[in-house]
Order: sequence, then structure tokens, then C-alpha cells
Amino acid sequence: MSNDNSAEGKGLLRGLWATLSKPTSKWSLGALLVVGFVGGVVFWGGFNTVLELTNTETFCLSCHEMEQNVYREYRGTIHDSNRSGVRATCPDCHVPRPWIYKIQRKIQASNEVWHKLLGTIDTREKFEAKRLELAKHEWARMKETDSRECRNCHNFSAFDLTRQQARARNRHAEAEQQGKTCIDCHKGIAHQLPAGAFKAERELNESLGSPPKP
Amino acid sequence: MKTKIKAIALALALALGFGVLGSAVVASEVKSLRPTEASQPDAPPAIYKVMEGTKHDRAYRQQPPLVPHQTDKYEIDLKVNQCLRCHEWPYSDQEKAPKISDLHYLDRNGVRQDTVNGNRYFCKQCHVPQAEAKPLVENKFQPATLNTNLR
Repeated sequence: MSNDNSAEGKGLLRGLWATLSKPTSKWSLGALLVVGFVGGVVFWGGFNTVLELTNTETFCLSCHEMEQNVYREYRGTIHDSNRSGVRATCPDCHVPRPWIYKIQRKIQASNEVWHKLLGTIDTREKFEAKRLELAKHEWARMKETDSRECRNCHNFSAFDLTRQQARARNRHAEAEQQGKTCIDCHKGIAHQLPAGAFKAERELNESLGSPPKP
Repeated sequence: MKTKIKAIALALALALGFGVLGSAVVASEVKSLRPTEASQPDAPPAIYKVMEGTKHDRAYRQQPPLVPHQTDKYEIDLKVNQCLRCHEWPYSDQEKAPKISDLHYLDRNGVRQDTVNGNRYFCKQCHVPQAEAKPLVENKFQPATLNTNLR
């Protein structure tokens, strides 16, 4: 029975392949091109629209894991509310902008969908237990890309150091000279830090070969 | 009997009515100690900026040093204490920040511990930033000790 089925399946596949590989005698090349082009545009537009739908704060918050943990911590931070009302929401920091890296991250994120189904962090306690590991992932990602997502808005070369506080001015000038990246210092700016964050920070800096501090 | 009940009900109604009227008259005459009317919600507090980058002198000998920067963004909870990320050794050397004094490591029996003791853990209880604001009332504070025996 199963042999019959597989044989039939093979037959179907062969038939499909024969149809696809045979030049058409019914449709003109022009018609095929036009249909192909329009279909392609519609498909690509639809694909990107749906992709961008998953790149919104609303989409992130549709999971209670996000809303009840990281989002509530993010509320009130400088990236949520500030004097000018310019906001950086979840995808601005957590999803790369360049298309190729975005797709790469989105494919990785399918693992997060899997863990949503498993319920890996579906309670506060489970989330707290996982917080260090999750934070380390983000820190490592930021460090490897030279804090690419930060630099969509914050650019070393666009800093007006004279308009910064003396403390910030000194440290930023120093950081630029030493080739440091944003995440080296700015951890826990939008979410709470995990227990053991400082130890993890030292380990991360040592493993990725950051220049030693003076 | 029925007339009696009716009379009592009428008297009650009248009394209540007068009571309401009377209290309404009184409410408008209540004086508030605050600048806003007693019946009005309080005015929102003024917004003061924290004095940053200036080193504050101690006003009296036992005063915990004031913090010359904003502190509200720094997390202090069971998981982390972000103040210690700059002010505890060895970070204090790296960040060129004032090192917290070794007294903060003594436990309640005076035994020195390796980590900041729990009774000194919540930095912001004692170390506060200074807002750029004039005192609302005159300050009559007298320090407990005056350093009169300076040599």
C-alpha cells in the first residue's frame, strides 16, 4: 500500500516536472513575462508588508511574555518617552534595518516562536531564570555588529561633545579613541539587568577581545 | 400612628435637606493652608533639575556625600546595584569614580565582609542628588558636632 502511494507520488512529481520543463505552446512569451512580473511584484509586496507587520510594537506586545516583562520595564525609559517625543520601539533596537541582516534575524527568530509554543518563559519566574542568558544573546549580537541598531540613530561622528555633560563628554571621547561600541557601557538602559550582569559583562569583554580599560 | 410616621419622615427629610444645604455653605468657607482652594486639586509640583557635574561640599560632618549626577535611571534591586558598577572597587579605578568607603562592608557585628553589606546596599537612601531649588522653608538644622578643635 505504502509502496503504491510513494510510486504514485513519484509519478505525480515526474508529471509536474515534465509540465514545468516543457516549453509552452499555448501561452506567448510576452504573456508569461507580464504575468510573471505582476505576480512577482504582488508576491514581493505582500511578503515585505507581512514582514513589516511583524516589525511593529503591537506585534511584539501581542505575546504576554513581551508585554508583561520587557515592555513594562521599557515604559518610562528615555527610549519610550522623552522631551522630543521621538521613540525607539522594540524593532528599532532588536531587528536590524539592512534587508539581509533583517532576514537573517527573522529566520533566527523562528526559534523564539518555537519557545513560545514550548512556554519556555511563560511565567515571570521562568523569565527571570532565563534573563541572564537572553541578555547575553543581545549583548553579544550588539557587540559583534558594533551596535549597528544603536547607530541607526546615534552616530559617534555626529556627537556634539560640547553639548554633553562633562562626565559623558570625557567618556565618549575616550570610548571613540579606544574603538569601543555603545553596548560596552550602555547595558540595561531599556530593560532591567539580570543578576550577575557585571560578571557576564567582564566575561563578554574578555571573550570578544575588547581593548583593556586603562 | 400613620400620621406620626409621616410626621417623623417629613421631619427627617427636612433635617437632611437643611443638613445638606448647611454643609454646602460651610464647604465654601473652608480655608486651605495650601495656595490652591480646598475644593480644587493640588497644583502639580515644580520641576527641578538635578545639579550635575558640580562637587558638593558637606554641610555637616556626618553628611553622606551628595551625588553630582542624576540617579533615577540606575537600578538597585535584588538582582543588581548599578551604583556599584562604577563606585565599587575595582570598577572605581577603571571609571575614575569615587570609591565607596570600606565602612560599607562592615556587617552589624562590625565584621568586614567581601561585598557591600545589606544595611548599606540601598545607596539612594542616604546619597541623593542635589536639585537646583531654593528651600521652601527656613532651615534651622544644627549639626550635632562642630569641628571646634581643628588643629
